[in-house]
Amino acid sequence: MNPPTFEYFAPTGIDEVIDILAKYPGEAKILAGGQSILPLLKSRISSIPYLVSLSEIKGMSYVVEGKDGVKIGSMTIDSDLENSDLIEKRFPILHDATKQLADPLVRNVGTIGGNLSHADPANDLPAVMISLGARFTIRGKKGSREVEARDFFMDTFTTALEPDEILTEVYIPFWGRNSGGAYVKFKKNTWNFSVAAVAVQLELDGNTCKKAQIATTAVSPKSGRVESAEKHLVGKPLTDDVIKKAAEEVAASAEPVTDSYGSEEYKREILKRITREAIKKAISRAGGN
Amino acid sequence: MVNKKHISITINGEVKEAEVEPRMLLAHFLRDQAGLTGTHIGCDTTNCGACTVIMDGKAVKSCTILAVQANGRKVLTIEGLSKGREKLHPVQQSFVDKHGLQCGYCTSGMILTSYWLLKNKKNVTEEEIREAISGNLCRCTGYDNIIDSVKDASKKMEEEGDPIEEQPEIKVRA
Ligand SMILES: Cc1cc2nc3c(=O)[nH]c(=O)nc-3n(C[C@H](O)[C@H](O)[C@H](O)COP(=O)(O)OP(=O)(O)OC[C@H]3O[C@@H](n4cnc5c(N)ncnc54)[C@H](O)[C@@H]3O)c2cc1C
Ligand code: FES
Ligand code: FES
Repeated sequence: MNPPTFEYFAPTGIDEVIDILAKYPGEAKILAGGQSILPLLKSRISSIPYLVSLSEIKGMSYVVEGKDGVKIGSMTIDSDLENSDLIEKRFPILHDATKQLADPLVRNVGTIGGNLSHADPANDLPAVMISLGARFTIRGKKGSREVEARDFFMDTFTTALEPDEILTEVYIPFWGRNSGGAYVKFKKNTWNFSVAAVAVQLELDGNTCKKAQIATTAVSPKSGRVESAEKHLVGKPLTDDVIKKAAEEVAASAEPVTDSYGSEEYKREILKRITREAIKKAISRAGGN
Repeated sequence: MVNKKHISITINGEVKEAEVEPRMLLAHFLRDQAGLTGTHIGCDTTNCGACTVIMDGKAVKSCTILAVQANGRKVLTIEGLSKGREKLHPVQQSFVDKHGLQCGYCTSGMILTSYWLLKNKKNVTEEEIREAISGNLCRCTGYDNIIDSVKDASKKMEEEGDPIEEQPEIKVRA
């Protein structure tokens, strides 16, 4: 079906985007890849009077290595992240996620900025960014500000973005030498979202866990850190028993709901299994055993 | 009444210019305005890939892209694969030779996704093929013949090359 009618803008600069967003507060929305917003418009779940496309703005798609981390432009498409050697080497957890996100054709259009700003708790990149401790650059009428990934996701489909603001860049800091992460996603077929998924990023000191950041996808109203489970890991040698306890805590503290993807209990069982798997994979990538 | 937008899209080497409503989907523009009905619409919900076209070198679902988003870009549809030549494109020929289709509804999308894969990877494995076409659904073949077709096309593309590269750009008005 056709989307409902809307006025379309395709400015060539970010300042113009902000001007249009500010002129129609709440009524104007950004169009990035459109892989979330167009299905919503087409199914007439939403109606948006003013769409501001970012497609004519140059220089918003990049993945560059800095001294302390990697900068990613918000219009970078998922498949460019998937195919980036830098991302695969430095942040395999993000490579895991982009490789399994939607399907290859959707990944050729969908952007990192759209995936994060949409704040669907079933989207994969929020949990990954939270576990990596990423920071987002946001620009609006009042200027530029930085927001930590963990403070960005407020609720289902709700972020810290004001109506006149645009997410311009994602910054992922490098972790220490003995660090590694993994994203394990359980899905029924390619084009479906996750039944459940978990992001685990660890730093080790020998076999002891120095730092742990865990976040989940699709099992709570918003993606967020599971600090109660991280506590089971930090400061301890990562034995099977410790890993099992942390995985059980992830499952216990989640808030899955019964839907067409499965029952609440089923999702908790899946979570236990995939969390164990993600922790073990993260340990091996961090150089532990 | 919303303002129409002027767009210019290079489709299969020809520049098409038109005034369109911003909400017009690329799939509808290709079928209804450019008359290229080889691009199919199956699910209309971004799941099936029947509407797949190549935009600026990447396989995308044209039911989930606005025609205005394609402004200034190059689009290749199934019609473009063997346009102006007597022979079918190697990927099309492989689908014929290896029985990669039955009803044909998914076929233009399957062929274009396969073409995109083969332009990017040589000596593709079965796993790479299955992954690449995972956003394209086929209700008839059970996929095995499609896999065989793409493997065959991989060989043909190696041997014969890609005839599309030397496309001239012709300017016409829609
Ligand atoms: C069939 C299908 C399967 C999918 N499966 C998955 C999946 O498994 N996992 C997953 O994570 N996602 C999945 N998706 C969603 C897909 O990844 C989307 O592309 C992504 O969530 C949104 O990115 P986009 O660039 O297309 O954003 P758009 O649809 O253009 O925008 C989404 C929202 O973000 C806002 N926005 C976009 N960019 C910015 C910005 N720079 N600043 C501020 N606001 C902005 C828009 O206003 C809009 O509200 C799927 C989509 C489809 C169609
Ligand atoms: S018609 Fe576009 S994906 Fe099915
Ligand atoms: S041949 Fe009929 S859907 Fe694929």
